[in-house]
Amino acid sequence: MNAAVHAPKEPPTKVTVRSLDFYYGADRSLKNISLPLHANKVTAFIGPSGCGKSTLLRVMNRMYDLYPGQRAEGEVLLDGENILDPAIDLNALRARVGMIFQKPTPFPMSIYENIAFGIRLYEKLPRADLDARVEAALRGAALWDEVKDKLQASGLGLSGGQQQRLCIARSVAVQPEVILFDEPCSALDPISTAKVEELIDELTSRYTIAIVTHNMQQAVRVSDYTAFMYLGELVEFGETDEVFNKPKEKRTLDYITGRFG
Amino acid sequence: MSLYATRRSANSIATTLCWVAAIFGLAWLFVILVALLYEGVRGLSPAVFTEMTPPPGSAGGLLNAIAGSLVMTVIGVAIGTPLGMLAGTYMAEYGRNSKLTIVVRFINDILLSAPSIVVGLFVYTILVHPMGHFSAISGAVALALLVVPVVVRTTEDMLLLVPGSMREAASALGAPRAHVVGKVAYRAAKAGLVTGVLLAVARVSGETAPLLFTALNNQFWSTDLAAPMASLPVVIFQFALSPYKDWQQLAWTGALLITIAVLALSITARTLSAGRRKSK
Repeated sequence: MNAAVHAPKEPPTKVTVRSLDFYYGADRSLKNISLPLHANKVTAFIGPSGCGKSTLLRVMNRMYDLYPGQRAEGEVLLDGENILDPAIDLNALRARVGMIFQKPTPFPMSIYENIAFGIRLYEKLPRADLDARVEAALRGAALWDEVKDKLQASGLGLSGGQQQRLCIARSVAVQPEVILFDEPCSALDPISTAKVEELIDELTSRYTIAIVTHNMQQAVRVSDYTAFMYLGELVEFGETDEVFNKPKEKRTLDYITGRFG
Repeated sequence: MSLYATRRSANSIATTLCWVAAIFGLAWLFVILVALLYEGVRGLSPAVFTEMTPPPGSAGGLLNAIAGSLVMTVIGVAIGTPLGMLAGTYMAEYGRNSKLTIVVRFINDILLSAPSIVVGLFVYTILVHPMGHFSAISGAVALALLVVPVVVRTTEDMLLLVPGSMREAASALGAPRAHVVGKVAYRAAKAGLVTGVLLAVARVSGETAPLLFTALNNQFWSTDLAAPMASLPVVIFQFALSPYKDWQQLAWTGALLITIAVLALSITARTLSAGRRKSK
């Protein structure tokens, strides 16, 4: 374990990754990763393409389980419970750990139904309560004012940035504890990006957030902690200020100053 | 001649050949349609839709044949569609890349191009022969066997077009597999799935051979599924080959009706799938 860890004070931990290895078939794409996600904080994952940061994210909600031939070894503790345990209820886990993808993925249904879809998976609510939940989710994603007059219109008709916020609202509506963002802004223009970043900032009061990004300014803007990964290894993890201003590893410095490769 | 000029002339020759081939093909289609309209429209009258198929020399219509075609097509599609949808869903959603899927896809492709007369003979052997007589239900089963491969193919293709990210997003909300398929993937592929069923209806509504060996024909009104039943294609086959002028006229009119019905279905199917592409 060669990660340099700055850890002056320890806020409570929501997720603990311990000695995690990940395999795509025979390829080992994550090597002995250990790090925490602190509760109600944003942790950014940076590193060049193929370094395993998205893979790590997809372990935290067992997304990789959808595909044969992928497996993880080690421990990922969510509130102390190992989610890599084969006996764990995957759907219940994914309800607790939401995910936002690189490309917005609205379902081919109305804006209202997009949000209600997730809620209906877990609760049978009277219409009025469901309406209230949908509104709360859309307000939570700063989308309500833009769509309140066209809730029955198709979610596919929204702009890219609105679609992404719709997906965030959909995720929030399920009332998760952790939200994973996998390059949520890479398909968005700067104005939409700013709105999503603002939203992430607001969400930290209620959720623990992990975000994978290729944009280092974004990592600096939104995150409290940063993990720099390279070739499947965790090179450095610490408070974002320290990682970007006083990195302990030369590889981190090279990467954040653009001198890599 | 310069290289450029050679290329230009080669291009115009090839283009001309393409046009000639296209016109040659379309011209026959056009001639067939015009002949069908010309001959068929003359026989169109309310009697066609209200009277039974007549004996030679007397007046009559096609009511029993139209009804028989509708009954057997509806039952055939009702049997074949769920089977085909379930198989296609398995192949696209559950068993992607599995050995079973590869085998089923291969066999389905053979079934898709199998001569329909073989299907008719098959149903004759497994249903008509044991029952001891021709019946509408065996006709419907023969049509169902033709519906299945079309629906399997379109269901699989249309579900494969649904982006994986959509399924991941639904799974990420904690939706169980059945929900991901039933509420998200099906909905995303809806227009394509409906198109597949419409194409299957269009395919079977003109089939003669499988019905000749199964439902045979019936000169009278019958709704008994265990008894022989008339159908437009078989009536056309019988009447067109007959020496009687009035039968031949009814055959033309029946052919026109089938053509219009199939054309309407195809246009509906195309409009639906075009609408789907636009909404993306």
